[in-house]
Amino acid sequence: MGKKILMKGSEAMAEAAIQAGCRLYFGYPITPQSELPEYMAARLPGVGGTFLQAESELAAINMVYGAAGTAHRVMTSSSSPGVSLMQEGISYAAAAELPLVVINVMRAGPGLGTIVPSQTDYFQATRGGGNGGYRTLILSPASVQEACDLVALAFELAERYRQPVLLLGDAMMAQMMEPVEIKEAPPKPYDIAWAARGWKPDCGRARAVINPRSKPGLEARLQEKYRRMAKEEVRVEEVDTEDAEYVIAAYGTVARIAKNAIKTLRGMGVRVGLIRPITLYPFPYEAFSRAAARETLRSFVDFEISEGQMVEDVRLGVGGQKPVAFHGWYDLELPTPQQMVDFILALRQKEGGERQ
Amino acid sequence: MYEQIVFSGFGGQGIQSMSKMLARCAMAAGLQVSWMPAYGGAMRGGTSNVTVIVSDGEIASPMPCAGEVTAAVVMNNPSLVKFESYLRPGGLLLLNRSLIDLRPVRGDVEVLAVPANEMAEELGNARATNMIMLGCLLARTGMVLPSVMEGMIGEFFAAKEKLIPLNREAFGLGVRFVKEGGGHDL
Repeated sequence: MGKKILMKGSEAMAEAAIQAGCRLYFGYPITPQSELPEYMAARLPGVGGTFLQAESELAAINMVYGAAGTAHRVMTSSSSPGVSLMQEGISYAAAAELPLVVINVMRAGPGLGTIVPSQTDYFQATRGGGNGGYRTLILSPASVQEACDLVALAFELAERYRQPVLLLGDAMMAQMMEPVEIKEAPPKPYDIAWAARGWKPDCGRARAVINPRSKPGLEARLQEKYRRMAKEEVRVEEVDTEDAEYVIAAYGTVARIAKNAIKTLRGMGVRVGLIRPITLYPFPYEAFSRAAARETLRSFVDFEISEGQMVEDVRLGVGGQKPVAFHGWYDLELPTPQQMVDFILALRQKEGGERQ
Repeated sequence: MYEQIVFSGFGGQGIQSMSKMLARCAMAAGLQVSWMPAYGGAMRGGTSNVTVIVSDGEIASPMPCAGEVTAAVVMNNPSLVKFESYLRPGGLLLLNRSLIDLRPVRGDVEVLAVPANEMAEELGNARATNMIMLGCLLARTGMVLPSVMEGMIGEFFAAKEKLIPLNREAFGLGVRFVKEGGGHDL
């Protein structure tokens, strides 16, 4: 495309998938991301792709599983309760080592939840919602542009590691419009001898079987892969952390709001920085432990639209070196920069005010 | 430059269209922009609102922020009640006088009252109120040149060409209304 256009997050992510060569989409509509399948339904037939509205999320993820077994770029998207229904399929795909992309535009709270922007699926996403101790790569964008870039990256990583990649977003990002430039990111050729793509007796290769069953060596191979991902795929944004007395930990749209708060606080002479994990798994533990070791840093403040989930990983990263405070929003409330400013000023007061 | 503008009214008043046009216009002018609709449960007859942020730097939060809104375009009573308090001191309150009988309570904001429905009816199309308000907004704030917006109107209505002259006329009417010193009779 190569030109900036104004697009809604959900539609931009769909277009980014198409520009990344995704030609297959299976899903079931659910607010706050129904614009994504709607866009796919309109757009995919025109580029020789297939959109299919499944009868349920369960069916959708299994269609994705089947298509991924042929090594074609395929994705689905849903929101929290829909993604819960997909967990079995995602666990199966992890075991069968299938490259696929799932977008979760989170709803708030357990059960059917509610549609306000929320971050209550962090545990489910990072700890594996399905059985068996597998890992999924989790990408978390904070702008519509980044969402598009991460969709392209998600397909690439899914293929590099032959494994499910999840994009975790919220309603704010799915519903807002921002200028985006969506780049073409077609698949690079890679070895797909594992894929079930038309075996014939004389085709010169072994028959490929897509099998989610545990087999000797699988567990060791998966763990080796997860270690490699943890080493090579950490992505994080750090803002003004070098001289910070306080470092905010926040991901997704909360991190955007935190940037407003940082500007205000710095204007008041309070040195605040931000660590924004872009990959939630693998988590940027090192960024936190490095920041914690700095003399200037007094404490961390974790902000989330949840009752406190990522804060557990922040504490693991900080490793007890410095205090970690937490403030969360739920019950339909959305964070404002002022609330963050007030929280940090109150914390500073409690800790003895201005440092000499 | 940083402008945080809230557009609010009831469904059908063109809140979405006018806010999208401003966002596209600002983008075309090379500025950073975010467009954030009100989101969540809605009821018939309630408010529909959108926040557009236009800036020459990175936009952090796209949400409307109490005390930081630089301009509010309010098209009905519930919108005035909800968003007047969001304006920062010295901000611009642009209200549709035809449908709003409540009076603003703040003394520290600039109020421009526009008889938008009467003006649109004079043009022969009551649905053009949003373009009149947009004309007033740009004439007063200067955040995007009115001539850029006139070009954008052509682009925005490319699929419905017959609407282009009406919308340009309505937009120009709003611009002139402010430039000729209108808007001070509440």
